[in-house]
Amino acid sequence: MCRDCGCSLGPAATRAPLAAQLPAAGRVETIEVITAILDENDRVAAHNRQHFDAQRVLALNLMSSPGAGKTSLLEATIRALGGRLKVAVVEGDLATENDADRIRACGVPAVQITTGNACHLDATMVHDAVHDLPLAGLDVLFIENVGNLVCPASFDLGQHRNVTLLSVPEGDDKPAKYPVMFRAADLALITKTDLLPYITEFSVERARGALRQVGFAGETIELTNRGGDGFAAWLAWLEREVVAQRERAASGQLLRPSIQPEGASAHTAGSRPAR
Amino acid sequence: MHELSVCQALIGQVERVARENDARRVVSIVIAVGPLSGVEAGLLEHAYPIAAAGTVAEHATLTIELVPVQVRCRSCGAETSAAPNRLVCGACGDWQVDVTAGEEMLLKRVEIETEPAAVH
Repeated sequence: MCRDCGCSLGPAATRAPLAAQLPAAGRVETIEVITAILDENDRVAAHNRQHFDAQRVLALNLMSSPGAGKTSLLEATIRALGGRLKVAVVEGDLATENDADRIRACGVPAVQITTGNACHLDATMVHDAVHDLPLAGLDVLFIENVGNLVCPASFDLGQHRNVTLLSVPEGDDKPAKYPVMFRAADLALITKTDLLPYITEFSVERARGALRQVGFAGETIELTNRGGDGFAAWLAWLEREVVAQRERAASGQLLRPSIQPEGASAHTAGSRPAR
Repeated sequence: MHELSVCQALIGQVERVARENDARRVVSIVIAVGPLSGVEAGLLEHAYPIAAAGTVAEHATLTIELVPVQVRCRSCGAETSAAPNRLVCGACGDWQVDVTAGEEMLLKRVEIETEPAAVH
């Protein structure tokens, strides 16, 4: 799909010296390729998205640093929904079943992916996990990515939306430090706002400014899991997205997250002149 | 450090190209990487030999073309360069810009050796 997008390409910058370089003995040919390096992952992600769309399930990819409150947010969300939406969760961590156990304790099916030392989920891991979940009848599938503000942004999982959390103790300049991650978000949640009176260094305005500067154009909600207007706004966003996904699926439309982190340019074949 | 995963995906693609073109081995690989792709060129270079070991691309050179970030302003129309964490127009300072380059993570070109060396 992205074989001839003709993206803009700069001058050769680095050449990796490899140990045993062999002189070319036979005939040498140059093959022009131009494909996204993560083409195979993207293919599996598209397949996952088809699964979700066939079942009219909204798939959300939750990303943040470790400890920003992804699992706590899910626990509070499941409790607040009180069964209004049917939810399942895929949990990604390097080790332990702890997070899946916490979700199951809320009465919701959960599959734990333990990645070993891998720093991110990829589309194949999610594909295998989803086979262990009953998708039929679900409204929302939350995919809680490995806590990490770097690597998960590069891998499409088949989600419809990226939700990125920024917790107050992390500091309001996190988006400036990790621009790729925050730019990939469709919704930014500023979590643990009940700590704002104690962490006076954190300015919600500065956080919003930093998000804008990395090209984030989505909605920002400030919330605490203990309830309040922000938490209600998050639930309202969720319910709006579920309705929108049902309508899209019914009309056969497909949705991708606002930015394909691995390179929007690679997926707009035809919109640019090939070079 | 997801660069090893990226390199393994790269090698998978290069192996496919080599297979489709009856290559005996891969001589060189050219990829393009922008800072907004989320991968680091230096780490890719370190991860590449590990991913390439034992494959048809084991002895290939990897050339990484770094693609700088470019934005086009929706207000004034200027196309300027920008820092990854400051995607604003370099001409008028507006933050409503479209990224036109810098997100690339592409395999561009593969040089392969096809025929066996002539025997003298």
